[in-house]
Amino acid sequence: MKFGILINEGPFTHQASDSAYHFTKAALEKGHEVPRVFFYYDGVYNANKLSDPQADDRNVVKMWGELAAEKDVDLVVCVAAGMRRGIKEENLADGFRISGLGQLVEAGMGCDRLVMFGD
Amino acid sequence: MAEFEFETEGVKKTFTFMNRKAPYGTIYALEVLETVLITAAFEQHANIVFVDDGVYQLKSGQDTAAINMKNFSPTYGIIEMEKEDADEDEDIDMNWRIIVEKESLEARGLTTDDFKVDVEVLSAAELADVIDASDCVIGG
Amino acid sequence: MLHTVNKSPFDRNSMETCLRLAKKGSAILLIEDGVIAAMQGTIQSANIENATDAFDVFVMGPDLKARGLSEDNLIDGVKVVDYSGFVDLVEERGSVNAWL
Repeated sequence: MKFGILINEGPFTHQASDSAYHFTKAALEKGHEVPRVFFYYDGVYNANKLSDPQADDRNVVKMWGELAAEKDVDLVVCVAAGMRRGIKEENLADGFRISGLGQLVEAGMGCDRLVMFGD
Repeated sequence: MAEFEFETEGVKKTFTFMNRKAPYGTIYALEVLETVLITAAFEQHANIVFVDDGVYQLKSGQDTAAINMKNFSPTYGIIEMEKEDADEDEDIDMNWRIIVEKESLEARGLTTDDFKVDVEVLSAAELADVIDASDCVIGG
Repeated sequence: MLHTVNKSPFDRNSMETCLRLAKKGSAILLIEDGVIAAMQGTIQSANIENATDAFDVFVMGPDLKARGLSEDNLIDGVKVVDYSGFVDLVEERGSVNAWL
């Protein structure tokens, strides 16, 4: 099955991104496809390459980037939500790309399931 | 990095947009609205649903000058127009419903007279069926 | 449909709204702080106790453990799943509605 993922909140402040990450990993391990993860609202902060958490804690931004590289997952940051919050090409973490809200609607249309994680 | 190409030719899904927050206290009302408008461009079916404090988004008479935030309530009028255009045009296959939950209205002492746009008022049981039949639910 | 609830019933009304707007026969999965709703002996317990007839209620084991909540204290009829089980529920129960 194809799962689309929507993440509404940034790293650390809410568990949403972590829950989405573990769900995505589990889905891929079970042989499902996760063709797109869309980051909207404060979810765009998951793509901030300046995120620098403490060394003994997980690095959520890097976790997503590594998953994208290993498993070919398309991580899309909403351009409008990103602009509002200062997530732009110059501070975009590896593995992410910026695009329009249409990419979320497309994921809803093209996937078998759309799973949302938020506040 | 991956950029997946979806096969969406001829795909028609029903999106439910779940609005449960009052406007201005958080951005969810505005950013869900932006997604609704994009869905029109893809000619998808949509239930634009207002439950709990989401019903306040439709309240007429919003004046945001003193809080210096953009008054985006006119956008609900645009949503209503998109819906009406789609209903009237036989060439457009796009069923949009603007739905308010009866229990949420009554709990807040509101009626449809308080609203800027025409809505369908459904009971929780009726709305449960509508939600259950959707393909995707987006909210905030 | 699979309904997810991620907030405690003491924090938000999302559990209450979910129970009102989920169609009977749906699955409800409690995740993150939402797992609190699955615990016996709270003033909110009756909501889930009464829900297990109409709905299939599940709770995320990893989120219980993280919060030091014991599976032994779960309301009868609530089933524990992990992330793999979460994926299975999404596959099996149709579209997903996340109550935030």
